[in-house]
Amino acid sequence: MDTSIDAAGLVKTYRGGVRALDGVSLVAETGSVFGLLGPNGAGKSTTVKILTTLSRPDAGEARVAGFDVVRQPAKVRLAIGCVAQKSGLDPAATGRENLLLQGRVYGMRGRELKSRGQELLERFGLAAAADRTVRTYSGGMQRKLDVAVGIMHRPQVLFLDEPTTGLDPEARVDMWSEIARLAGDEGLTILMTTHYLEEADRLARRLAIVDQGRVVAEGRPDDLKGELRGDTIVVELEQPPQNGEVLAALARVPDLRDLAVEARTLRARAESGARSVPAVLAALETAGVAVAAVTVARPSLDDVYLRHAGKVFCEDDVEVKR
Amino acid sequence: MNNALVDSWFMTVRHFRNLVRQPVWIFISLVQPVVWLLLYGALFRKIVEIPGFGADSYIDFLTPGIVVMTCLFSAGWSGMGLIDDINRGVVDRFLVSPASRGSLISGRLIQGAIVGVVQAVIIILLGLVVGASYPGGIAGLAALTAAAVLLGTAIGALSNGIALLSRREETMIAVSNFVLLPMTFLSSVFMAQALMPQWMQDVAQYNPVNWAVQAGREALAQNGDWSIVLSRLGYLLVFTIVSTWLATRAFRVYQRSI
Repeated sequence: MDTSIDAAGLVKTYRGGVRALDGVSLVAETGSVFGLLGPNGAGKSTTVKILTTLSRPDAGEARVAGFDVVRQPAKVRLAIGCVAQKSGLDPAATGRENLLLQGRVYGMRGRELKSRGQELLERFGLAAAADRTVRTYSGGMQRKLDVAVGIMHRPQVLFLDEPTTGLDPEARVDMWSEIARLAGDEGLTILMTTHYLEEADRLARRLAIVDQGRVVAEGRPDDLKGELRGDTIVVELEQPPQNGEVLAALARVPDLRDLAVEARTLRARAESGARSVPAVLAALETAGVAVAAVTVARPSLDDVYLRHAGKVFCEDDVEVKR
Repeated sequence: MNNALVDSWFMTVRHFRNLVRQPVWIFISLVQPVVWLLLYGALFRKIVEIPGFGADSYIDFLTPGIVVMTCLFSAGWSGMGLIDDINRGVVDRFLVSPASRGSLISGRLIQGAIVGVVQAVIIILLGLVVGASYPGGIAGLAALTAAAVLLGTAIGALSNGIALLSRREETMIAVSNFVLLPMTFLSSVFMAQALMPQWMQDVAQYNPVNWAVQAGREALAQNGDWSIVLSRLGYLLVFTIVSTWLATRAFRVYQRSI
Protein backbone atom coordinates (compact mmCIF):
# COMPACT_ATOMS: atom_id res chain seq x y z
CA MET A 1 0.00 0.00 0.00
CA ASP A 2 1.34 3.43 -0.96
CA THR A 3 0.80 5.93 1.79
CA SER A 4 0.77 9.69 1.47
CA ILE A 5 0.13 10.59 5.08
CA ASP A 6 1.89 8.74 7.81
CA ALA A 7 1.64 10.07 11.34
CA ALA A 8 2.79 8.37 14.50
CA GLY A 9 2.33 9.40 18.11
CA LEU A 10 1.54 13.07 17.56
CA VAL A 11 1.36 15.02 20.79
CA LYS A 12 0.51 18.69 21.11
CA THR A 13 0.01 20.65 24.27
CA TYR A 14 -0.96 24.29 24.04
CA ARG A 15 0.05 26.97 26.44
CA GLY A 16 -2.08 26.73 29.53
CA GLY A 17 -1.67 22.96 29.53
CA VAL A 18 -4.48 22.06 27.14
CA ARG A 19 -3.47 18.72 25.68
CA ALA A 20 -4.98 18.86 22.20
CA LEU A 21 -3.33 15.69 20.91
CA ASP A 22 -2.31 12.78 23.05
CA GLY A 23 -0.60 10.39 20.66
CA VAL A 24 -2.47 10.47 17.37
CA SER A 25 -1.36 8.00 14.71
CA LEU A 26 -2.90 7.57 11.30
CA VAL A 27 -2.05 6.36 7.83
CA ALA A 28 -3.74 7.50 4.63
CA GLU A 29 -3.49 5.52 1.46
CA THR A 30 -2.40 7.37 -1.69
CA GLY A 31 -5.30 8.34 -3.92
CA SER A 32 -8.06 7.85 -1.38
CA VAL A 33 -10.16 9.86 1.03
CA PHE A 34 -9.28 9.49 4.68
CA GLY A 35 -11.91 10.68 7.12
CA LEU A 36 -11.02 12.16 10.48
CA LEU A 37 -14.07 12.21 12.71
CA GLY A 38 -14.79 13.61 16.10
CA PRO A 39 -16.53 16.38 18.00
CA ASN A 40 -15.18 19.90 18.37
CA GLY A 41 -12.07 19.96 20.47
CA ALA A 42 -11.31 16.29 19.81
CA GLY A 43 -8.08 17.22 18.04
CA LYS A 44 -9.06 17.08 14.38
CA SER A 45 -8.00 20.59 13.49
CA THR A 46 -4.81 20.35 15.52
CA THR A 47 -3.91 17.18 13.62
CA VAL A 48 -4.48 18.99 10.34
CA LYS A 49 -2.41 21.96 11.52
CA ILE A 50 0.52 19.70 12.30
CA LEU A 51 0.26 17.74 9.05
CA THR A 52 0.14 20.99 7.06
CA THR A 53 3.23 22.41 8.87
CA LEU A 54 1.22 25.20 10.47
CA SER A 55 1.93 23.94 13.93
CA ARG A 56 4.76 21.83 15.34
CA PRO A 57 4.11 18.69 17.35
CA ASP A 58 5.65 18.38 20.82
CA ALA A 59 6.32 14.73 20.13
CA GLY A 60 5.74 12.19 17.40
CA GLU A 61 6.52 12.14 13.71
CA ALA A 62 4.61 12.67 10.53
CA ARG A 63 5.42 12.33 6.87
CA VAL A 64 3.23 13.88 4.22
CA ALA A 65 3.84 13.11 0.53
CA GLY A 66 7.04 11.46 1.67
CA PHE A 67 8.47 14.45 3.54
CA ASP A 68 8.89 15.01 7.24
CA VAL A 69 6.60 17.82 8.40
CA VAL A 70 9.07 19.08 11.02
CA ARG A 71 12.36 18.69 9.17
CA GLN A 72 11.25 19.36 5.58
CA PRO A 73 8.32 21.77 5.91
CA ALA A 74 9.16 23.61 2.67
CA LYS A 75 8.89 20.40 0.67
CA VAL A 76 5.66 19.42 2.39
CA ARG A 77 4.16 22.84 1.63
CA LEU A 78 4.83 22.48 -2.07
CA ALA A 79 3.14 19.09 -2.16
CA ILE A 80 -0.03 19.90 -0.21
CA GLY A 81 -3.14 21.97 -0.59
CA CYS A 82 -5.18 22.99 2.39
CA VAL A 83 -8.76 24.13 2.78
CA ALA A 84 -9.03 25.25 6.36
CA GLN A 85 -12.16 25.67 8.42
CA LYS A 86 -11.78 29.41 8.21
CA SER A 87 -11.69 29.83 4.50
CA GLY A 88 -8.83 32.29 4.21
CA LEU A 89 -10.21 34.01 1.15
CA ASP A 90 -9.65 37.70 0.70
CA PRO A 91 -13.18 39.14 0.57
CA ALA A 92 -12.05 42.38 -1.05
CA ALA A 93 -10.43 40.56 -3.96
CA THR A 94 -12.29 38.86 -6.79
CA GLY A 95 -12.52 35.11 -7.11
CA ARG A 96 -10.01 35.16 -9.93
CA GLU A 97 -7.58 37.37 -8.00
CA ASN A 98 -7.70 35.02 -5.03
CA LEU A 99 -6.90 32.08 -7.29
CA LEU A 100 -4.12 33.81 -9.18
CA LEU A 101 -2.40 35.07 -6.03
CA GLN A 102 -2.47 31.54 -4.65
CA GLY A 103 -0.90 30.24 -7.86
CA ARG A 104 1.74 32.95 -7.79
CA VAL A 105 2.98 32.15 -4.31
CA TYR A 106 3.47 28.58 -5.52
CA GLY A 107 5.61 29.92 -8.34
CA MET A 108 3.07 29.64 -11.16
CA ARG A 109 3.40 32.34 -13.82
CA GLY A 110 2.13 33.55 -17.15
CA ARG A 111 -0.09 31.44 -19.34
CA GLU A 112 -0.01 28.40 -17.05
CA LEU A 113 -1.26 30.54 -14.17
CA LYS A 114 -4.07 32.17 -16.13
CA SER A 115 -5.31 29.02 -17.84
CA ARG A 116 -5.29 26.99 -14.62
CA GLY A 117 -7.26 29.76 -12.92
CA GLN A 118 -9.82 29.87 -15.70
CA GLU A 119 -10.08 26.08 -15.77
CA LEU A 120 -10.89 25.92 -12.06
CA LEU A 121 -13.36 28.80 -12.21
CA GLU A 122 -15.26 26.98 -14.95
CA ARG A 123 -15.07 23.63 -13.28
CA PHE A 124 -16.50 24.98 -10.02
CA GLY A 125 -19.20 26.95 -11.78
CA LEU A 126 -17.69 30.27 -10.75
CA ALA A 127 -16.77 31.61 -14.18
CA ALA A 128 -19.66 34.07 -14.26
CA ALA A 129 -18.76 35.40 -10.82
CA ALA A 130 -15.00 35.28 -11.37
CA ASP A 131 -14.52 39.02 -11.50
CA ARG A 132 -16.79 39.91 -8.63
CA THR A 133 -15.34 40.41 -5.18
CA VAL A 134 -15.64 37.40 -2.92
CA ARG A 135 -17.65 39.50 -0.48
CA THR A 136 -20.61 39.13 -2.86
CA TYR A 137 -20.39 35.31 -3.00
CA SER A 138 -22.84 32.97 -1.27
CA GLY A 139 -21.53 30.54 1.34
CA GLY A 140 -21.60 27.67 -1.13
CA MET A 141 -19.71 29.68 -3.75
CA GLN A 142 -17.08 30.68 -1.22
CA ARG A 143 -16.58 27.08 -0.18
CA LYS A 144 -16.16 26.05 -3.81
CA LEU A 145 -13.63 28.80 -4.32
CA ASP A 146 -11.85 27.62 -1.17
CA VAL A 147 -11.42 24.21 -2.70
CA ALA A 148 -10.38 25.69 -6.05
CA VAL A 149 -7.74 27.77 -4.24
CA GLY A 150 -6.62 24.65 -2.38
CA ILE A 151 -5.96 22.69 -5.57
CA MET A 152 -4.78 25.61 -7.73
CA HIS A 153 -1.17 24.41 -7.74
CA ARG A 154 -2.11 20.73 -8.35
CA PRO A 155 -1.09 19.34 -4.96
CA GLN A 156 -0.64 15.63 -4.32
CA VAL A 157 -2.28 15.72 -0.93
CA LEU A 158 -5.29 17.82 -0.05
CA PHE A 159 -6.49 18.64 3.45
CA LEU A 160 -10.13 19.57 3.87
CA ASP A 161 -11.04 20.76 7.34
CA GLU A 162 -14.80 20.44 7.67
CA PRO A 163 -15.49 21.20 4.02
CA THR A 164 -19.27 21.09 4.30
CA THR A 165 -19.90 22.77 7.64
CA GLY A 166 -22.45 25.52 7.18
CA LEU A 167 -23.45 24.49 3.66
CA ASP A 168 -27.06 23.97 2.65
CA PRO A 169 -27.99 20.40 1.66
CA GLU A 170 -27.70 21.04 -2.06
CA ALA A 171 -24.28 22.64 -1.79
CA ARG A 172 -23.21 19.80 0.47
CA VAL A 173 -24.09 17.19 -2.12
CA ASP A 174 -22.19 19.22 -4.74
CA MET A 175 -19.17 19.26 -2.46
CA TRP A 176 -19.37 15.53 -1.94
CA SER A 177 -19.29 14.77 -5.64
CA GLU A 178 -16.40 17.17 -6.06
CA ILE A 179 -14.41 15.47 -3.30
CA ALA A 180 -15.15 12.05 -4.76
CA ARG A 181 -14.02 13.26 -8.17
CA LEU A 182 -10.76 14.70 -6.83
CA ALA A 183 -9.80 11.46 -5.15
CA GLY A 184 -11.11 9.27 -7.96
CA ASP A 185 -10.23 10.90 -11.26
CA GLU A 186 -7.29 12.97 -10.17
CA GLY A 187 -5.72 10.56 -7.75
CA LEU A 188 -5.38 13.06 -4.92
CA THR A 189 -4.94 11.83 -1.41
CA ILE A 190 -7.50 13.67 0.66
CA LEU A 191 -7.64 13.97 4.41
CA MET A 192 -11.02 15.29 5.39
CA THR A 193 -12.19 16.16 8.86
CA THR A 194 -15.87 16.22 9.54
CA HIS A 195 -18.60 16.31 12.12
CA TYR A 196 -20.87 14.35 9.86
CA LEU A 197 -20.68 10.60 10.10
CA GLU A 198 -22.82 10.29 7.01
CA GLU A 199 -20.24 12.21 5.03
CA ALA A 200 -17.35 10.04 6.16
CA ASP A 201 -19.39 6.93 5.52
CA ARG A 202 -20.07 8.00 1.97
CA LEU A 203 -16.65 9.35 0.97
CA ALA A 204 -13.89 7.86 3.06
CA ARG A 205 -12.11 4.64 2.25
CA ARG A 206 -10.68 4.64 5.74
CA LEU A 207 -11.44 6.71 8.76
CA ALA A 208 -10.27 7.41 12.24
CA ILE A 209 -12.41 8.57 15.12
CA VAL A 210 -10.62 10.91 17.47
CA ASP A 211 -11.77 11.75 20.93
CA GLN A 212 -9.93 13.84 23.49
CA GLY A 213 -6.74 13.84 21.47
CA ARG A 214 -6.60 10.11 20.82
CA VAL A 215 -7.64 7.86 17.96
CA VAL A 216 -10.30 5.62 19.46
CA ALA A 217 -11.16 3.67 16.33
CA GLU A 218 -9.57 3.32 12.92
CA GLY A 219 -10.38 1.31 9.83
CA ARG A 220 -12.68 0.98 6.85
CA PRO A 221 -16.22 2.22 7.53
CA ASP A 222 -17.73 -1.19 6.72
CA ASP A 223 -15.32 -3.03 8.98
CA LEU A 224 -16.00 -0.65 11.81
CA LYS A 225 -19.71 -1.11 11.39
CA GLY A 226 -19.21 -4.86 11.02
CA GLU A 227 -17.58 -5.02 14.43
CA LEU A 228 -20.94 -4.12 15.84
CA ARG A 229 -23.04 -7.22 15.58
CA GLY A 230 -26.78 -6.84 15.36
CA ASP A 231 -29.10 -3.88 15.22
CA THR A 232 -29.53 -0.65 17.06
CA ILE A 233 -32.74 -0.03 18.93
CA VAL A 234 -33.58 3.58 19.65
CA VAL A 235 -36.50 4.37 21.94
CA GLU A 236 -37.82 7.89 22.34
CA LEU A 237 -39.40 8.29 25.77
CA GLU A 238 -42.23 10.64 26.65
CA GLN A 239 -40.21 12.10 29.49
CA PRO A 240 -36.62 11.98 30.63
CA PRO A 241 -36.51 8.91 32.89
CA GLN A 242 -35.66 8.90 36.58
CA ASN A 243 -32.15 7.87 37.50
CA GLY A 244 -31.54 4.21 36.91
CA GLU A 245 -35.23 3.44 36.56
CA VAL A 246 -35.01 2.50 32.90
CA LEU A 247 -31.71 0.68 33.08
CA ALA A 248 -32.97 -1.43 35.95
CA ALA A 249 -36.12 -2.27 34.02
CA LEU A 250 -34.20 -3.37 30.96
CA ALA A 251 -31.51 -5.32 32.76
CA ARG A 252 -33.73 -8.39 32.67
CA VAL A 253 -34.31 -8.25 28.89
CA PRO A 254 -32.15 -10.93 27.24
CA ASP A 255 -29.81 -10.20 24.32
CA LEU A 256 -29.66 -6.49 25.02
CA ARG A 257 -26.23 -4.82 25.00
CA ASP A 258 -24.61 -1.36 25.10
CA LEU A 259 -27.48 0.36 26.86
CA ALA A 260 -27.30 4.14 26.91
CA VAL A 261 -29.72 6.82 28.02
CA GLU A 262 -29.34 10.38 26.91
CA ALA A 263 -32.09 12.85 27.83
CA ARG A 264 -35.26 11.25 26.42
CA THR A 265 -33.42 8.87 24.10
CA LEU A 266 -32.60 5.29 24.96
CA ARG A 267 -30.20 3.29 22.80
CA ALA A 268 -29.33 -0.35 22.91
CA ARG A 269 -27.99 -3.06 20.67
CA ALA A 270 -29.47 -6.51 20.03
CA GLU A 271 -28.74 -9.49 17.81
CA SER A 272 -32.13 -9.07 16.21
CA GLY A 273 -33.89 -5.80 16.75
CA ALA A 274 -37.28 -7.08 15.65
CA ARG A 275 -37.20 -9.90 18.18
CA SER A 276 -36.07 -7.76 21.10
CA VAL A 277 -38.37 -4.78 20.64
CA PRO A 278 -41.50 -6.40 22.18
CA ALA A 279 -39.52 -7.41 25.25
CA VAL A 280 -38.08 -3.91 25.58
CA LEU A 281 -41.52 -2.31 25.31
CA ALA A 282 -43.01 -4.75 27.77
CA ALA A 283 -40.24 -4.07 30.28
CA LEU A 284 -40.70 -0.34 29.93
CA GLU A 285 -44.45 -0.59 30.34
CA THR A 286 -44.05 -2.68 33.46
CA ALA A 287 -41.76 0.00 34.85
CA GLY A 288 -44.34 2.67 33.99
CA VAL A 289 -42.18 4.46 31.43
CA ALA A 290 -44.19 5.95 28.53
CA VAL A 291 -42.77 5.45 25.07
CA ALA A 292 -43.16 7.96 22.22
CA ALA A 293 -41.41 6.15 19.37
CA VAL A 294 -39.24 3.16 18.57
CA THR A 295 -36.82 2.63 15.69
CA VAL A 296 -34.65 -0.28 14.74
CA ALA A 297 -31.66 0.29 12.46
CA ARG A 298 -28.67 -1.48 10.99
CA PRO A 299 -25.39 -0.32 12.53
CA SER A 300 -24.29 3.13 11.45
CA LEU A 301 -21.15 5.08 12.12
CA ASP A 302 -23.11 6.78 14.87
CA ASP A 303 -23.07 3.49 16.66
CA VAL A 304 -19.38 3.05 15.98
CA TYR A 305 -18.81 6.42 17.47
CA LEU A 306 -21.00 5.69 20.46
CA ARG A 307 -19.20 2.47 21.12
CA HIS A 308 -15.67 3.85 20.84
CA ALA A 309 -15.99 7.32 22.23
CA GLY A 310 -18.43 6.25 24.90
CA LYS A 311 -20.93 8.91 24.05
CA VAL A 312 -23.44 9.86 21.45
CA PHE A 313 -22.11 11.78 18.51
CA CYS A 314 -23.95 15.08 18.48
CA GLU A 315 -23.53 17.82 15.99
CA ASP A 316 -23.66 20.42 18.69
CA ASP A 317 -21.24 18.46 20.81
CA VAL A 318 -23.30 18.15 23.92
CA GLU A 319 -21.33 15.41 25.52
CA VAL A 320 -23.35 12.99 27.55
CA LYS A 321 -21.33 10.33 29.28
CA ARG A 322 -22.80 6.93 29.64
CA MET B 1 15.71 36.14 -0.71
CA ASN B 2 14.61 36.68 -4.27
CA ASN B 3 11.54 34.67 -3.47
CA ALA B 4 10.86 36.85 -0.42
CA LEU B 5 11.07 40.00 -2.51
CA VAL B 6 8.76 38.63 -5.19
CA ASP B 7 6.24 37.44 -2.60
CA SER B 8 6.41 40.83 -0.85
CA TRP B 9 5.53 42.44 -4.13
CA PHE B 10 2.55 40.11 -4.66
CA MET B 11 1.30 40.97 -1.18
CA THR B 12 1.90 44.68 -1.77
CA VAL B 13 -0.18 44.51 -4.94
CA ARG B 14 -2.93 42.71 -3.05
CA HIS B 15 -3.07 45.31 -0.28
CA PHE B 16 -2.88 48.17 -2.71
CA ARG B 17 -5.66 46.80 -4.85
CA ASN B 18 -7.89 46.29 -1.84
CA LEU B 19 -7.18 49.83 -0.75
CA VAL B 20 -8.06 51.29 -4.12
CA ARG B 21 -11.38 49.42 -3.97
CA GLN B 22 -12.35 51.40 -0.87
CA PRO B 23 -13.12 54.86 -2.22
CA VAL B 24 -14.35 55.99 1.19
CA TRP B 25 -11.03 55.15 2.76
CA ILE B 26 -9.14 57.03 0.05
CA PHE B 27 -11.40 60.03 0.47
CA ILE B 28 -10.95 60.09 4.24
CA SER B 29 -7.21 59.57 4.10
CA LEU B 30 -6.88 62.47 1.68
CA VAL B 31 -9.37 64.79 3.32
CA GLN B 32 -8.14 64.28 6.86
CA PRO B 33 -4.69 65.83 6.36
CA VAL B 34 -6.30 68.64 4.38
CA VAL B 35 -8.61 69.33 7.29
CA TRP B 36 -5.71 69.26 9.72
CA LEU B 37 -3.63 71.56 7.61
CA LEU B 38 -6.42 74.09 7.07
CA LEU B 39 -7.94 73.85 10.54
CA TYR B 40 -4.79 73.91 12.63
CA GLY B 41 -3.21 76.33 10.20
CA ALA B 42 -6.03 78.80 10.79
CA LEU B 43 -6.46 78.06 14.49
CA PHE B 44 -2.84 78.58 15.47
CA ARG B 45 -1.92 81.23 12.87
CA LYS B 46 -0.99 83.83 15.51
CA ILE B 47 1.13 81.40 17.47
CA VAL B 48 4.22 82.48 15.52
CA GLU B 49 3.94 85.88 17.17
CA ILE B 50 4.93 84.42 20.52
CA PRO B 51 8.46 85.58 21.19
CA GLY B 52 10.93 82.76 20.68
CA PHE B 53 8.71 80.66 18.38
CA GLY B 54 11.37 80.90 15.72
CA ALA B 55 9.27 80.84 12.54
CA ASP B 56 7.69 83.58 10.47
CA SER B 57 4.82 81.66 8.91
CA TYR B 58 2.81 79.07 10.78
CA ILE B 59 1.81 77.26 7.56
CA ASP B 60 5.54 76.89 6.72
CA PHE B 61 6.06 75.48 10.20
CA LEU B 62 3.00 73.25 10.21
CA THR B 63 3.18 71.58 6.77
CA PRO B 64 6.10 69.23 7.52
CA GLY B 65 4.40 68.42 10.85
CA ILE B 66 1.19 67.42 9.07
CA VAL B 67 3.12 65.26 6.60
CA VAL B 68 4.69 63.38 9.51
CA MET B 69 1.46 63.19 11.48
CA THR B 70 -0.44 61.77 8.52
CA CYS B 71 2.11 59.02 8.00
CA LEU B 72 2.10 58.29 11.72
CA PHE B 73 -1.67 57.85 11.89
CA SER B 74 -1.96 55.76 8.73
CA ALA B 75 0.80 53.48 9.99
CA GLY B 76 -0.68 53.21 13.46
CA TRP B 77 -3.73 51.47 12.04
CA SER B 78 -1.78 49.18 9.71
CA GLY B 79 -2.28 46.23 12.05
CA MET B 80 -6.07 46.34 11.69
CA GLY B 81 -5.86 44.76 8.26
CA LEU B 82 -3.61 42.04 9.61
CA ILE B 83 -6.08 41.22 12.40
CA ASP B 84 -8.77 40.90 9.76
CA ASP B 85 -6.53 38.55 7.78
CA ILE B 86 -5.77 36.47 10.88
CA ASN B 87 -9.45 36.17 11.76
CA ARG B 88 -10.41 35.20 8.25
CA GLY B 89 -7.67 32.58 8.04
CA VAL B 90 -5.82 34.40 5.27
CA VAL B 91 -2.57 34.41 7.26
CA ASP B 92 -2.81 30.69 7.96
CA ARG B 93 -3.56 30.00 4.30
CA PHE B 94 -0.30 31.67 3.32
CA LEU B 95 1.59 30.01 6.17
CA VAL B 96 0.80 26.55 4.79
CA SER B 97 1.95 27.71 1.35
CA PRO B 98 5.54 28.31 0.29
CA ALA B 99 4.96 32.09 0.49
CA SER B 100 7.76 33.85 2.32
CA ARG B 101 6.81 34.49 5.96
CA GLY B 102 8.28 37.95 5.90
CA SER B 103 6.15 38.98 2.93
CA LEU B 104 3.01 38.82 5.06
CA ILE B 105 4.25 41.86 6.96
CA SER B 106 6.59 43.50 4.49
CA GLY B 107 3.81 43.63 1.88
CA ARG B 108 1.80 45.79 4.25
CA LEU B 109 4.78 48.00 5.10
CA ILE B 110 5.66 48.54 1.45
CA GLN B 111 2.05 49.38 0.63
CA GLY B 112 2.05 51.77 3.61
CA ALA B 113 5.24 53.41 2.37
CA ILE B 114 3.78 53.94 -1.12
CA VAL B 115 0.62 55.44 0.35
CA GLY B 116 2.80 57.58 2.63
CA VAL B 117 4.69 59.03 -0.30
CA VAL B 118 1.46 59.82 -2.14
CA GLN B 119 0.00 61.50 0.93
CA ALA B 120 3.18 63.49 1.50
CA VAL B 121 3.16 64.78 -2.08
CA ILE B 122 -0.49 65.78 -1.81
CA ILE B 123 0.02 67.64 1.48
CA ILE B 124 3.13 69.35 0.16
CA LEU B 125 1.22 70.55 -2.92
CA LEU B 126 -1.71 71.64 -0.81
CA GLY B 127 0.68 73.51 1.44
CA LEU B 128 1.87 75.42 -1.61
CA VAL B 129 -1.72 76.35 -2.41
CA VAL B 130 -2.33 77.78 1.06
CA GLY B 131 0.91 79.71 0.99
CA ALA B 132 3.66 77.51 2.41
CA SER B 133 7.12 77.91 1.00
CA TYR B 134 9.87 75.29 0.96
CA PRO B 135 13.25 77.02 0.83
CA GLY B 136 15.00 73.65 1.17
CA GLY B 137 13.81 72.75 -2.32
CA ILE B 138 13.48 69.29 -3.77
CA ALA B 139 16.22 67.81 -1.58
CA GLY B 140 14.46 69.15 1.49
CA LEU B 141 11.10 67.79 0.41
CA ALA B 142 12.68 64.41 -0.33
CA ALA B 143 14.26 64.34 3.14
CA LEU B 144 10.92 65.24 4.75
CA THR B 145 9.16 62.47 2.83
CA ALA B 146 11.88 59.99 3.70
CA ALA B 147 11.63 60.87 7.39
CA ALA B 148 7.84 60.54 7.38
CA VAL B 149 7.92 57.24 5.49
CA LEU B 150 10.63 55.80 7.77
CA LEU B 151 8.58 56.75 10.80
CA GLY B 152 5.50 55.22 9.17
CA THR B 153 7.33 51.98 8.41
CA ALA B 154 8.56 51.67 11.99
CA ILE B 155 5.17 52.43 13.52
CA GLY B 156 3.51 50.16 10.95
CA ALA B 157 5.80 47.31 11.97
CA LEU B 158 4.95 47.87 15.64
CA SER B 159 1.26 48.06 14.80
CA ASN B 160 1.47 44.72 12.97
CA GLY B 161 3.40 43.28 15.90
CA ILE B 162 0.64 44.31 18.30
CA ALA B 163 -1.91 42.84 15.89
CA LEU B 164 -0.09 39.49 15.94
CA LEU B 165 0.11 39.44 19.72
CA SER B 166 -3.37 40.68 20.54
CA ARG B 167 -5.38 39.51 17.50
CA ARG B 168 -8.20 41.70 18.74
CA GLU B 169 -9.41 44.83 17.05
CA GLU B 170 -10.46 46.32 20.39
CA THR B 171 -6.91 46.06 21.72
CA MET B 172 -5.55 47.56 18.55
CA ILE B 173 -7.95 50.51 18.72
CA ALA B 174 -7.18 51.10 22.40
CA VAL B 175 -3.41 50.98 21.92
CA SER B 176 -3.46 53.19 18.84
CA ASN B 177 -5.67 55.78 20.46
CA PHE B 178 -3.57 55.69 23.59
CA VAL B 179 -0.27 56.10 21.77
CA LEU B 180 -0.73 58.12 18.58
CA LEU B 181 -2.13 61.41 19.86
CA PRO B 182 0.23 61.73 22.83
CA MET B 183 3.14 60.96 20.50
CA THR B 184 1.95 63.79 18.28
CA PHE B 185 1.53 66.31 21.08
CA LEU B 186 4.81 65.33 22.71
CA SER B 187 6.55 66.48 19.54
CA SER B 188 6.98 69.75 17.73
CA VAL B 189 4.28 68.99 15.14
CA PHE B 190 2.16 71.95 16.29
CA MET B 191 4.36 73.86 18.69
CA ALA B 192 7.96 75.01 18.61
CA GLN B 193 10.01 72.82 20.88
CA ALA B 194 11.57 75.79 22.64
CA LEU B 195 8.13 76.87 23.88
CA MET B 196 7.12 73.49 25.32
CA PRO B 197 7.31 72.86 29.06
CA GLN B 198 10.72 71.54 29.98
CA TRP B 199 9.57 67.98 30.72
CA MET B 200 7.86 67.80 27.34
CA GLN B 201 11.01 68.99 25.65
CA ASP B 202 12.90 66.24 27.44
CA VAL B 203 10.41 63.60 26.35
CA ALA B 204 10.31 64.94 22.79
CA GLN B 205 14.04 64.34 22.45
CA TYR B 206 13.36 60.61 22.48
CA ASN B 207 10.16 60.73 20.48
CA PRO B 208 10.54 59.31 16.95
CA VAL B 209 7.72 61.58 15.77
CA ASN B 210 9.81 64.52 16.84
CA TRP B 211 12.88 63.15 15.05
CA ALA B 212 10.89 62.99 11.82
CA VAL B 213 9.50 66.51 12.26
CA GLN B 214 12.93 67.91 13.11
CA ALA B 215 14.52 66.24 10.10
CA GLY B 216 11.79 67.47 7.76
CA ARG B 217 11.71 71.02 9.09
CA GLU B 218 15.48 71.41 9.09
CA ALA B 219 15.72 70.01 5.56
CA LEU B 220 13.11 72.49 4.34
CA ALA B 221 14.70 75.50 6.04
CA GLN B 222 16.82 78.11 4.26
CA ASN B 223 20.39 76.91 4.90
CA GLY B 224 19.15 74.11 7.15
CA ASP B 225 21.61 72.16 9.23
CA TRP B 226 21.93 68.84 7.37
CA SER B 227 23.84 67.25 10.21
CA ILE B 228 20.56 67.41 12.17
CA VAL B 229 18.65 66.04 9.18
CA LEU B 230 21.00 63.11 8.71
CA SER B 231 21.30 62.27 12.40
CA ARG B 232 17.49 62.21 12.80
CA LEU B 233 17.13 60.09 9.68
CA GLY B 234 19.74 57.79 11.22
CA TYR B 235 17.76 57.51 14.48
CA LEU B 236 14.64 56.75 12.47
CA LEU B 237 16.45 54.08 10.49
CA VAL B 238 17.59 52.39 13.69
CA PHE B 239 14.06 52.68 15.09
CA THR B 240 12.69 51.08 11.93
CA ILE B 241 15.15 48.19 12.13
CA VAL B 242 14.35 47.56 15.80
CA SER B 243 10.59 47.75 15.17
CA THR B 244 10.80 45.34 12.26
CA TRP B 245 12.80 42.95 14.38
CA LEU B 246 10.16 43.15 17.11
CA ALA B 247 7.46 42.45 14.53
CA THR B 248 9.26 39.31 13.36
CA ARG B 249 9.53 38.21 17.00
CA ALA B 250 5.78 38.74 17.34
CA PHE B 251 5.29 36.64 14.24
CA ARG B 252 7.17 33.76 15.86
CA VAL B 253 4.98 34.05 18.95
CA TYR B 254 1.93 33.91 16.71
CA GLN B 255 3.21 30.85 14.87
CA ARG B 256 3.95 29.06 18.11
CA SER B 257 0.44 29.72 19.37
CA ILE B 258 -1.36 28.05 16.47
